[in-house]
Amino acid sequence: MEIDFKHKQSAHCENGVISNLLIHNGYNISEPLAFGIGSGLFFVYLPFLKVNLAPAISFRPMPGIIFKRLCKRLNIKIKRQKFKNPAAAKAELNHLLQKKIPVGLQVGVYNLTYFPDEYRFHFNAHNLVVYGKKEDTYLISDPVMENTTVLTAKELEKVRFAKGAFAPKGQMYYPTHFPEKLPLEKAIKKAIKATCRDMLAPVPIVGVKGMRTVAKAIKKWPKKIGVKKTNHYLGQIVRMQEEIGTGGGGFRFIYGAFLQEAAEILKKPKLEDFSKEITAIGDLWRDFAIDASRLYKNRSSKSDGYEKVANKLLVLADKEENFFKRLKKEIV
Amino acid sequence: MKVEEVPQDKSSLKNAKTKELCYAVNKDGKYVTKLSDGWDVKTIALNKSLELIEERKEHFKTEFLKGKISPIPYYMEVNRMDLNVLASYMNQWKWTLKRHFKPTVFNKLSEKVLQKYADTFNINIAQLKDITQNGN
Repeated sequence: MEIDFKHKQSAHCENGVISNLLIHNGYNISEPLAFGIGSGLFFVYLPFLKVNLAPAISFRPMPGIIFKRLCKRLNIKIKRQKFKNPAAAKAELNHLLQKKIPVGLQVGVYNLTYFPDEYRFHFNAHNLVVYGKKEDTYLISDPVMENTTVLTAKELEKVRFAKGAFAPKGQMYYPTHFPEKLPLEKAIKKAIKATCRDMLAPVPIVGVKGMRTVAKAIKKWPKKIGVKKTNHYLGQIVRMQEEIGTGGGGFRFIYGAFLQEAAEILKKPKLEDFSKEITAIGDLWRDFAIDASRLYKNRSSKSDGYEKVANKLLVLADKEENFFKRLKKEIV
Repeated sequence: MKVEEVPQDKSSLKNAKTKELCYAVNKDGKYVTKLSDGWDVKTIALNKSLELIEERKEHFKTEFLKGKISPIPYYMEVNRMDLNVLASYMNQWKWTLKRHFKPTVFNKLSEKVLQKYADTFNINIAQLKDITQNGN
């Protein structure tokens, strides 16, 4: 059976699944709107946690949080289920598909057969929608893919029960209740305030302060851990900023799109200016990535290159601090 | 980023017949989405990251052939795993797995444990014991 489900590609999987599931239920919430209302813009530096042999840096909050906040702020009720037993997970999924309900799933990326091999890592917080089943094959709408795709029952079981950090444990979810009218204005205001609070948090590893801590670390790395490792660390920062479905510039462009939509919904043309400003900041993030890539492209680099890249990050921190302080005052 | 600035560099996305969605501003200053073939800046970062895995794979292969370690570290790299991921798949403590890195301990492992490793790495026991039998 196949549910009439509209696949719309998105930059990021989590926002994409939410947006597509809401649109399916008749609520036109775009990816940027979902991202903004879920307060998706973030920065965190976790030097003690290693991912791909480099300190963890993330431009977004923990997996699942954007979705959770969005639903809470829009009064949408979601049913979530986790499973110990793969057979039970499969039966429940089939049961829902039978009832014509498209289901969101959390899965591991490593065994997603339709991903390019280069992108297959043990990352377990990927999201996709199952919208049908034909014999033993499931119809998949993976929001980061251009087109819909399929997975066999065996393949699906493997990705639903991937192991490691954030193991999905067969987790599936779908909206069960919507309010009469989505409280969009209230939700947007609350969300922007929360993002400003996060980015200006008085914690050395979060928001603009976190960016400054990373900049300081970059200056020290070449001497402390050597050029090779430094280059690897820089490469991982760029990957987190650009690669992992951020829509470019560490989600700054998606946020710009969100502010543009918010300007219209709240009837606050001033937010258009903020959108332009965060777009310019996003462009600077791209420049930062280009400069960093020059360093990790050639192994023999002069150390003042690292100084320069770090300084660029400091400029970004200053600009964003200023930006979010003013944005906070704008939203009352 | 303006629509015309969205990079269209060649990347591995093409092998999977897909493109990546970016957000960019059009001539009227409105945000739109635009598909990208890839961006060299991040392709290089990704490739460097994969090179590092290759280097480690080679290193563990040499060490194994010298008889200094068991084949497990090599297969971990082949499967892009770290100890945390492997421990989770094997349902074992990390220190137990680390012991299995020693050839003397590995050679005494039961058939059952070996089979679990083989299943985790998607190979058979013969391949597990002798990495030269592995296609990679």
